[in-house]
Amino acid sequence: MDDLYRELIIERNRSPHFRGELEPNDYTFQDENPLCGDNIRIDVRTDDAGFITEAAFSGHGCAISQASSDLLIESVIGKSVEDVKKMTKEDVLDLLGIELGPVRLKCALLPLKVIKAGLYGMGEATDTL
Amino acid sequence: MKDCKQFTGDFDTLKAEFPTLWRKVSSGADLVYLDSAATSQKPDCVLQAMDEYYRLSNANIHRGIHTLAEEATAAYENARKRIAAFIGAASSKEVVFTRNATEAINLIAYSWGRKNLNAGDIVVLSEMEHHANLVPWQILAEERDIRLEFIPVTAEGLLDMESYQEILALEPKLVSFTHMSNVLGTINPAKEIISQAKAAGAVTLLDAAQSLPHFPVDVADLDADFLAFSGHKMCGPTGVGVLYGREALLRDMPPFLGGGDMIRKVYLRSFVSNELPYKFEAGTGAIAEVIGLGAAVDFLSGIGMDNVDAHGREITQYAMQVLDELPWLHILGPGADKRGGVVAFTLDGVHPHDVAQILDWDGVAVRAGHHCAMPLHERFSVPATTRASFYIYNSHNDVDVLVESLRKVKKMLG
Repeated sequence: MDDLYRELIIERNRSPHFRGELEPNDYTFQDENPLCGDNIRIDVRTDDAGFITEAAFSGHGCAISQASSDLLIESVIGKSVEDVKKMTKEDVLDLLGIELGPVRLKCALLPLKVIKAGLYGMGEATDTL
Repeated sequence: MKDCKQFTGDFDTLKAEFPTLWRKVSSGADLVYLDSAATSQKPDCVLQAMDEYYRLSNANIHRGIHTLAEEATAAYENARKRIAAFIGAASSKEVVFTRNATEAINLIAYSWGRKNLNAGDIVVLSEMEHHANLVPWQILAEERDIRLEFIPVTAEGLLDMESYQEILALEPKLVSFTHMSNVLGTINPAKEIISQAKAAGAVTLLDAAQSLPHFPVDVADLDADFLAFSGHKMCGPTGVGVLYGREALLRDMPPFLGGGDMIRKVYLRSFVSNELPYKFEAGTGAIAEVIGLGAAVDFLSGIGMDNVDAHGREITQYAMQVLDELPWLHILGPGADKRGGVVAFTLDGVHPHDVAQILDWDGVAVRAGHHCAMPLHERFSVPATTRASFYIYNSHNDVDVLVESLRKVKKMLG
């Protein structure tokens, strides 16, 4: 259980590397977890070839959702939009390096849900990642 | 499985009646259950009553004439009588079984609301309502073009009674409000609110989901037209709740759900409704759960609701006092003298989800989130809170474990 708040998560929650908003941006999306009110917005900038050059997140949430956002953004910079669209729940859990129960899983996956909804240009986010 | 022992007057011995309270959580720590506002734990005698029904008398009710059906019907209707007496209803015809308080409020919105409310009519709610007393009215407002007005909540976490007078001057048709906030813990002056609503010509609905488990609630004394509560927050099982309604009002209302048991006669193209309260109970009800709720009411009556109230006040006061000493913890809502056993708070720099998770390692079960009261959280500009809630089986020691664990959270994440 102590693993849940491993050093990396506490550190990224306390001092995230990619917190902020990007204006203008190429993709932006915002969504919340209706269970707890966690709210995440992610802004993305890409180059002409469709690779992500910059990204940032804003909003509020628990340590898991904040650290997950920060680590996810770190991992997508340099990737192509198409590759990020293919990212899965397992990719996010690998980044966090923890196992999660069904409730906290929603916290961890909120940023992935948000970035994918943004990249797909969806009207609203979906749980089917 | 065993029957509950007769209450000795000592609340420390009550915990023995609740089997769940003796377990450990996944970390190995002893459980400290501080989430009774979400649902209470169940004493042996309630489990026993439901078990007996299934093991000995399981049958459908009201129609059968065999021995089992007679026993089951008697147990079910007997529970209704005891529940009616527990809330001070004039007759058991005024006690309609629903799934929970939410369904009871929906029943009123659906049946009474659709018959009595028209475009432009005003329904008064408050800013501290649970979603259960907001969304049914929003649905109706959309459909019928009725107007919703809200009694504001003051910075202290009380209903603004001056604004309420101004709203009453608009001549609302219904005033529907919570007896006790599930977030702020505020106990609202229900008797005063109801009598003023009546003077203004409004019908009244009291959401007693949080209050009825904790202190004496008497519909005759309150003079409420409708009252809703859930069994599972008062030592009873999930799946059963009650709508109390004044007989004359219930009689004039159209049925809610159609089907078996709610009819007197059915023709191919029409039906005649059954008498009260069966008119509102379509299909086979939650028989075991109603019997369980009957046992829960007996259990609480055995302790005495005045004693339940006194214990709740005492422990809440202690909790408020020790939590108040933590400078990085902020309690929402009024002082201990104006609240029931609910304390919601925020911790500087720590999200409530993380608080609840770390408390769980120490066995402390609390709730984190918006507690089905998003507009109220907006009112206080916090996205979420951590809520500790207390009941008859909690002790000072439980509060002490909570405080110790909160210090740990602060050290780790704050």
